[in-house]
Parts: sequence; structure tokens; C-alpha cells
Amino acid sequence: MDFVKTLPILSILTYLPLLGGLIIVFLNKENVKGVKAVATGISGLTFLLSIPLWFAYDHGASGQGIFQFIEKGSWIPSLGVNYHFGIDGIALLLILLTTLLSFISVYSSFTAIQNREKEYYSLLLLLETGMLGVFCSLDFFLFYLFWELMLVPMYFLIGVWGGPRKLYAAIKFFLYTLVGGVLMLLGILALYFYNTTGFLGFKGLGNPVSLDILHFHQIGAGIPAELQFWIFLAFFFGFAIKVPMFPFHTWLPDAHVEAPTAGSVILAGVLLKMGTYGFVRFSLPIFPEATWKLLPWMVALSLIAIVYGALVAMAQGDMKKLIANSSVSHLGFVTLGIFALNPKGLEGATLQMINHGISTGALFLLVGIIYERRHTRMMEEFGGLSHQMPNYAIYFMIIALSSMGLPAMNGFVGEFTILAGAFDRNWLWAAIGASGVILGAAYMLWMYQRVFYGKLENEKNKGLTDLTWREKWTLIPLVVLVFWIGLYPKPFFDRISQSVKYVVQIVDPGYYGSIGGK
Amino acid sequence: MKEYIYLVPLFPLLGFLLIGFTWSRMPRKWVSIIGCTSVGLSTVLGFGAIIDWLLTMGSHHPFVKTLYVWLPLKTAVPLDIPFAFQLDALSALMVAFVTFVGFWIHIYSMGYMAHEEGYNRFFAYLNLFMFAMLTLVLADNFLLMFVGWEGVGLCSYLLIGFYYQEKWPADSGKKAFIVNRIGDFGFLVGIFFIATHFGTLRYEEVFAKLQADPGAYLGVAGIIALCLFVGATGKSAQLPLYVWLPDAMAGPTPVSALIHAATMVTAGVYMVARCNLFFRASPTAMAVVAVVGALTALFAASMGLAQTDIKKVLAYSTISQLGYMFLAAGVGAYAVAMFHVFTHAFFKACLFLGSGSLIHACHTNDIFEMGGLKKVMKTTHWTFLFSTLAIAGIPIWAGFFSKDAILASVFAFAQHHHGWAYLLYGLAAVTAFMTAFYMFRLYFIVFHGEYRGHGHPHESPRSMTLPLQVLGIGSLLVGLVGVPAVISHLFHVPNVIEKFLHPLTPEVEGLAETTFHLSDSMEWILIFGSILIACGGIALAWWLYKADPEWKRIKAFTAAFPRLHKTVFNKYYVDEFYDATAVGGTIKLSKASAAFDQGVIDGTVNGMRHATVGTSLLSGFFDLRVVDGAVNGLAWLNKFCGDLFRRVQTGVVQNYVFVFALGVFLSLGLYLLLK
Repeated sequence: MDFVKTLPILSILTYLPLLGGLIIVFLNKENVKGVKAVATGISGLTFLLSIPLWFAYDHGASGQGIFQFIEKGSWIPSLGVNYHFGIDGIALLLILLTTLLSFISVYSSFTAIQNREKEYYSLLLLLETGMLGVFCSLDFFLFYLFWELMLVPMYFLIGVWGGPRKLYAAIKFFLYTLVGGVLMLLGILALYFYNTTGFLGFKGLGNPVSLDILHFHQIGAGIPAELQFWIFLAFFFGFAIKVPMFPFHTWLPDAHVEAPTAGSVILAGVLLKMGTYGFVRFSLPIFPEATWKLLPWMVALSLIAIVYGALVAMAQGDMKKLIANSSVSHLGFVTLGIFALNPKGLEGATLQMINHGISTGALFLLVGIIYERRHTRMMEEFGGLSHQMPNYAIYFMIIALSSMGLPAMNGFVGEFTILAGAFDRNWLWAAIGASGVILGAAYMLWMYQRVFYGKLENEKNKGLTDLTWREKWTLIPLVVLVFWIGLYPKPFFDRISQSVKYVVQIVDPGYYGSIGGK
Repeated sequence: MKEYIYLVPLFPLLGFLLIGFTWSRMPRKWVSIIGCTSVGLSTVLGFGAIIDWLLTMGSHHPFVKTLYVWLPLKTAVPLDIPFAFQLDALSALMVAFVTFVGFWIHIYSMGYMAHEEGYNRFFAYLNLFMFAMLTLVLADNFLLMFVGWEGVGLCSYLLIGFYYQEKWPADSGKKAFIVNRIGDFGFLVGIFFIATHFGTLRYEEVFAKLQADPGAYLGVAGIIALCLFVGATGKSAQLPLYVWLPDAMAGPTPVSALIHAATMVTAGVYMVARCNLFFRASPTAMAVVAVVGALTALFAASMGLAQTDIKKVLAYSTISQLGYMFLAAGVGAYAVAMFHVFTHAFFKACLFLGSGSLIHACHTNDIFEMGGLKKVMKTTHWTFLFSTLAIAGIPIWAGFFSKDAILASVFAFAQHHHGWAYLLYGLAAVTAFMTAFYMFRLYFIVFHGEYRGHGHPHESPRSMTLPLQVLGIGSLLVGLVGVPAVISHLFHVPNVIEKFLHPLTPEVEGLAETTFHLSDSMEWILIFGSILIACGGIALAWWLYKADPEWKRIKAFTAAFPRLHKTVFNKYYVDEFYDATAVGGTIKLSKASAAFDQGVIDGTVNGMRHATVGTSLLSGFFDLRVVDGAVNGLAWLNKFCGDLFRRVQTGVVQNYVFVFALGVFLSLGLYLLLK
């Protein structure tokens, strides 16, 4: 699989969906079959092309050698902007998740989307380009470009193909993330000027202009504490809104509820990870001192998210709203792991990003399946579906269990590792976090009971048909991953451990020193 | 053969997958064959592996089979948690009876479930349960034990809710899972403490470190012990988390026999015995275990006195017997606790299967709609009688030996160290009396007197009676592996189980001891004392329910104390109390959180939106009237001036020339005039 190293594989992956989107634009609007074929073909091809990365990535490398498949060229020299692509193990896993979920999203939309297919699929592919670009970028300019690029197609996906309150949700989503993005841009500018001329009384370093992320990893620790604090906050808002962390989370249930199924899958599966990825890629390694200073706040917000998100989820009557709020809780685990600032916490957090994408992505697919049949997601409308749709019930059970963190499934591996990492910092953090596991069981099983158990009494549910093969095929890869990660997570840990070590070495240089350089 | 120990849990998993993947398409006959064969193979292989291990290594050396690294944890010293199975005295004992009893319950299920919908689903879940249970007992580290631990919880959930179309089973399954999760929370925190302080999760390594230097771990060992015990109270239905087990009876009866009597619920006792070194490091932890055990035993037994549902009576008796086991563990008699786990598995499984046979015949759970079944259901009758005698503690039935050993251990513990433990002995003795009473109350009501139901009860099919016979004989015989010391001396028969489990509880300086000696005379007194207590309970049941066919005496008694009867019958309203506090509280909190989310947090966001929109309206007005007004005003002025001056621009050249000439002349004239 090493042949990919001779190709600009990351650029190919990133722009292939864009190309697909362009092809679709030139197709005839009436040619729905052709549109679907191109979309499926291109997103499938992107997924296939991303697989060699898994094998070709050298997970033994250390230091900045963890960034591989590098493509670098000067782009706007006057601003110090380079075209700089490259991925570490963390980005690698997120890219694979993105290509898989994008493919599944396209494939799952065939019957759900019945109008403006041409625009829909081309926007979906454009979105994929944006997401892949974010994970590949090692230059702030490029990163910001892709970051904002994602926003537009998502806005339209919610606003055009969404539910009854789609406009409210789309605008809320757009404005919220835009505010975060702008604050992040301010942070980037501050870094830029600090590196060169200085600003607002902060003395600059006098370096040549640069927006290279790896460069800032190196000089980050030297930034004065006060400046670190403010730039950390600027980035924090950008990421915390994306994650979303409590109390910036209320755009999420609205966006999820109104978005079409594929939109929800992508939103939960990938877009939320942009925030947590940002913390790991920027906040921790560039602002180590500020990270330590704000640690109590970050952990407190994470723990609140875990418990509070679960409690809010429990009170919902709409399945999608419940799952959306459970995302807040699950992402709380991820941020808790990140701010445990040790290898266990960060590795667990990274794996949990993937796990959440798999499990919650699958849950949204499942809800979408029933929504397509009944055009409602209210639990009170259902009951007794086990009898009518046995296969659907089995898949739903497996995914619900994985979301609850049942051992031997993916969620448990991630949560356990995170909590073990948090425990090392403070046992109380882990104890509070672990209580979320009890609530998780409560709301999931309660939802399952209300939808699947009992007698099939609602007349409207009596004609429901079980899963089609196409629907099964959207779920099967995710179920396989659930058990693969649950039973044999080592290949995943292997691929991220050096990348995590790289971050820990910057944010807590004493960690490895204190234990004999192990 | 011991190298293939991992196949013991794997065979049932394979069975589950085979049945699960074909689900409803596979014919029932095949399902029965696969379901029973997989467990049968496990049984044979399990016994083979145990014998092989005993012959080649002896019971003092555990055998570990590592499959692969499951979870690599990056700590100071990398902590690789393996998928590995360990065969030692404790796990061997568990494997032996879990596979054996499990196999016979599978056979029984073929008959019991024959007319039920969801036959395939039932066997798939049952096989999955066997996999999880065997993983639990064979695991070589705490995390893998946890996998099995939650796995059995899942199967319990699925099987309690087997009749998912009804409300009670579905609710009960959920209740069981969530209550167990509360316990699991404690277990998980305990695991974190172990990982942090010992740097490993493998039993052998953890306990070797603890044995090498117990003093270094005294403080944390107590914390770990208590955390783990929280897990045990969930799984093994002890105070205050016992509430799920009576409701677990909503599942099919073979499930109650296998999961909620013989195997899964004893996992907590197994875990405490496995971790005895932690508990022995902390007198507090031991006292907590003993007191919780004794109180649960008594409390549950008292609730069993007034139940009318046959399975509920048995459920409370299970909780009570589990309390006995924890009592034994709490006083340091771990081998004795495991001995009771072992005998209990046989007689309680037999009781449940017997009750299943009765329910199958009478189509009701209510004991007052049965009666006189001695004549029509001969096999069910004698096996039920055997196991009732066993649980009541009549020699030479199995329960007598193990229960007597528990009572003697508690007494010896009190005599040697802690006077307060006499109180525990008292509680246990009262419980023994109650147990004998309510079990024989059940027996007399169901099998004696006249039939009070409406159907035509008949003996169950062969596939059901054969397991009853096997387990009935087991209830008679298995106690002989653990005869008390005085009898052991008298007849020169060894106490096999104590010897076998000896490696479980090594004597370590600084940790509580695990064996006590009573004088021979005292032991005889205790033995006769417990026989007397049991006979007393039986006599009372006979006097109230057999000697008085009209039940006048008991009716008079309940009429005299209506309040008491009602309170006991309603299980002291504990469920109602939990519903009002913990459950209701959580739901209220959840609703309040959702309202807060909607009202305050999202309200703030929307408020900001309104504020922004409002400002923009205002600035729009300003824009329109002031800014635009100024601009428009300027434009108006411009236009006005333009209009004014436009008149001049007529476009006629003659006019321009005329005005030009006029201007020239006027200027010229002015100039000349002023000069």
C-alpha cells in the first residue's frame, strides 16, 4: 500500500468529491439516476482511496515525523501562506471516518431526498471536501478556508432539505458557528502578528511571516502567559461551539432535528469532531500554559455536559432530540479525556471521537429509517415495533448498547480509557463522569422500550415494512466497526499513540521525563 | 486439554451466533440441538480441562491462557489488558457447576418453551448468557470480568423482557439493568483504583503485590473492597439494591432458574471471594459485608413469608440465601460462602424448575390456585420436596451442610474476635427458622390439600422431568463434599471443598484470618441447634397449613394483625419508596434540566437573537430616517438647485449669446462707472 506515498494522496482525496460535485452540476436536472450514480461512485471511490492510508501510515514515527503524506508548496509568499497538507494518526482516523460516513450518507439518501437531488448531492460532496480539507491542513490559512467552506453546504442542507423549522435551525447553526469561526480568526491573526511584528504592546518574535501550524507548535510554549490566555479563549469559542460544549450546545438539537438524515449523520459523525480535533491540534500544543490555567473550567464544563446532557436527553419525546442531547453527553467524555492531559485520556478521547461518529451516526440512520416510513419521530407514536420490524429492532439494539458503552463494544473501550486517564488526575472527575454511564443506560433503554416493546397498538404502524437491503448495508459497516473496536482496538491505539505522545510532550513535558523517558 | 479452556465460553457464543444469524428461519429442532450441544460441549470440555489441570499442575497453581492484548493502556508502566482466561480452584468450581446446571436447564427449556413464540430468540439469549457467565468466571483480570459482568446483565435484561409485549416484563428488564448499572458504577471505580495503585489488572499480579507488602495497601485496599462490594450488591441483589430481583421473575422460569438463582446472582459472591485479600485488609469492609449480608438475609426472608406468587417466594428466598453467602464472606469464611453458592445452585435451580413444571401444568403462578398436586405430579413432587428439605437445612440434604458451616463460621468469628457478631448469628438463626417455615408453607399449600385451580394438571414431559431428577438428586448429594469437622473426624471423610478452595485464601501476615476452630462439643451443639431451628420452622408450617386444612389459624392470625400482614405483603413499600425518591427525583431533575435548557440557555441565545434583531430594526429606522434622510435631503437640495438652475439651461444658443453679451456689457458698464 506504500504506493500512495508517491501520490499527492491527500489532495486527491480532498478534491475528488469537489470534482464529483462539479460533474453533477453539469448533469441534467432530470437525470436523477445519473446524479445518484456519480455521487455514490465518487464518494465510494474517495472511501476506497482513503483505505491505503490506514496501511501506509507509519505509526512508529515520532516527533514531527508523525505528520506524513506531506504536500508542501509556497502559495501566497507575501503572507507566508503555504499549501501544506499532512496528517498524523489522529487526523488519519478522522479522515477514514469522514470518507466512510460520507459514502454512507450519500447511499442512505436515495429514498429520503425527493426534490432538488442535483443540488443536494453536489452540496454533500462539497461538504466532504471541506471536512477532509480541515483534517489535512497544516497551514492556518488553508485550515480556516476549509473550516468556513464546510459551513455553507451544511447551511443549505439544513435550510433546503430540512424539516418544518429548517430556516430557524439553519440560521442558528450558521450564525453560531460563524461567530466561533470569526473569534478563531482573531486568534489566528494574533498568532500571526505575534510571530512577526508584535501587536498591542506585545513584543513580536520578528520571525519571517508564517502561518504554518507546525511552526506554531514549536514556538507556542514561549508565548507569554497572558497572551496565551487570550488567544486560547479566542480559539476556545470556535471549538467549544463546534463540539458543542455546555453552555454553547443549544444549536445542536435544533440543527439535528431539522436536518435531513444524512445531514444529521455528518453533523454528529464528523462536524462535531472538528471542535475536539481543534483542541488537540491547536489549543493544547500551542497554548500549553493557558491550557493548564483553564483546566478546571474545561473539566467542569465537560462533567456538566456529561451529566446534564444525559438528563436533558432523558426528558425528550422526540428520538432525534434525545440522540442529539446524548451527543452533548458523549462529547463531554471526549473533552474530559482531552483535558485529562495524559496519554490515556487523549487516546481514549481520540478513539471516542471515532466511536461517537460510528454509534451516533448509526443511531441517526436508524431514526431516519423509521422517519421515512412514518414521518414522525415522536416515541409516543410507536411501541411494539419489535414485532413488526424484527431486523430493525436488532440493529437498533446493537447500536443502542454500543452507545451505552457496553463492554466488548466500541463505546466501552473509549469511555474506559478516558475515565482511566481522568482518574489519574483526580478520582472524583472519573467518578462523576462514570455516573453518566448509569444515566446513559436509563435514557437509551427507556427509549428502546417506548419504541420497540409493548403491543403494536397504533394502527399506522401496522403496515410498516422491515429493513431493506440497502438500509441494512448502510448499517452493516458500522456494526462491524462497533465490534472490531470493542474487541480488538489495538490497531487503532497503535495509530494514535505517537500522535498523542507528541501532544503530551508539548503540553506536559514533565510527563515522560518523570517516568524515565518511557 | 486445559489449553483449550477458552473454548468453554466460546462454544456457547458460537451457538448464539449460529442461532442469532438465522433467527426465525432455523427450524426449532435445529435450534434445540445447537443450543444444547454448545453448552454440552462446554460442560465436557470444562470438566476435561479441570481434570487435566488438576493432574498436571495441581490445584495450587493457576493456569492462564492468554489470547491477545485487548486494551493497551498507556500509563507510567504500560498496562496491557489481555483477553486471557484463568483456571484456578475458584474458577474451576464455578465452571463446573455453571456448565453442569446450565446444561440441564437448557434441556429443560426445550420442553418448557416448546409452545412459546420466540423459541429461537430464547435459545440464542440463553447461549449468549452462558458465554458471558463463563467469561465472567474464567477471566484472568478485572476488566475482562467486567465484560462478563455487564454481559450477564445484558442477557438478564433481554431475558427478563422476553415477553416484551407485556408491560411488566419490559419494565422489569429495564429496572434490572439500571439497578445493576448503579452497582457496576462502583465496580468500575474500584477497577480504576486497582489500576492506579497496582499498575495492573491481572488477579495474579495484583494479589501477589498485595501479599508481598500488605501494609503498603491497607488504606486503599479498604476503598477498593467497598467499591467492589457496591458492584456485588447490585449483581447479587443485596440491600439496598435488591429490588430488581423479585421483578426479574417476569422472565420465563428457566431463566429464573439459571440466571436469577443458580449462576448470575452468585457472581457477586464469587467476586468478593476472588478479591478476599482486599476485604481482609480492611476490618470495616468485612464488617460491612457481614452486616449487609445478615440484614438482607433476614429482611428478604421476612418478605417471603406472605407472598402468593410461587416465583416471588423463591425470589425472596434467593435474596435471603445470597445474604447468607455474604454473611459468610464477611466473617472471612470465603470457602464456606462458595460452598453455599455451590449447593444453592443445585437446590434453587431444582426449586425453580419445579415451580416451572407447576406453572406449566396449572397455568398460574398463584399458589392458592394450586394444591393437592402430590398425586398427579409425582416427579415434580419428590424433586421439589428434596430441594425444599435442602434449603430448609435438614440433614443429609445439601443445604444443611453449607448452611450449618455458615452458622458455625459466624459463631466462631464472634467467639474468637468480635462479640458483636453474636448478633449476626442471631439474625442468621432467625432467618433459618423463617426459611424452613415459608418453604414448607409453600410445599404444603401446593402439594397437599385439595386442588383449587380450574385446569387439569398433569406431569410435565420427559425433557423437563429428567433435569428435575438430576438436580433433585444433586440437592441430596452435593453437600457431602463439605462435611463439618466433627463429622469429618468421626467418619474419616475429608472436607473436599475446603481443601480444594484452600489456595483461594492464603494466610498473610497483617490480613484477617479465614479459618476458625470451634471445640467439638460446641460444634455439635451448633449442629443440633440448627437442625432444631429448621424442624421448628417446618413444624410451624405443618401446624398452620397441613394440620389445619381450613387454614383457620393463619387466617385468624392475619385478621388479628392486618397492618403487619399488609406491610409484609407489600414488601415494606420499598419499591414505592424508591419510586418516590430516586426514580422520581431523577425524572424531575431531568425534566427540570430540559426546561432549563429550553428556557434559560436557549432562551439566552434566542434573547440575543431578539436583541440583535431589535437593534437592527432600530438601526434600520435610524438608517431610513436619519442617515437615509440626510442623504435624501441632500439629494432633494441638489434637485432643488438643479431645478432652479435648469431653467437657465435652455439649450438655445441665441439665449446663451444674449446672456453672455448682456454680462459683458454689464461688467464693462460697471467697470467704467466705478473707475
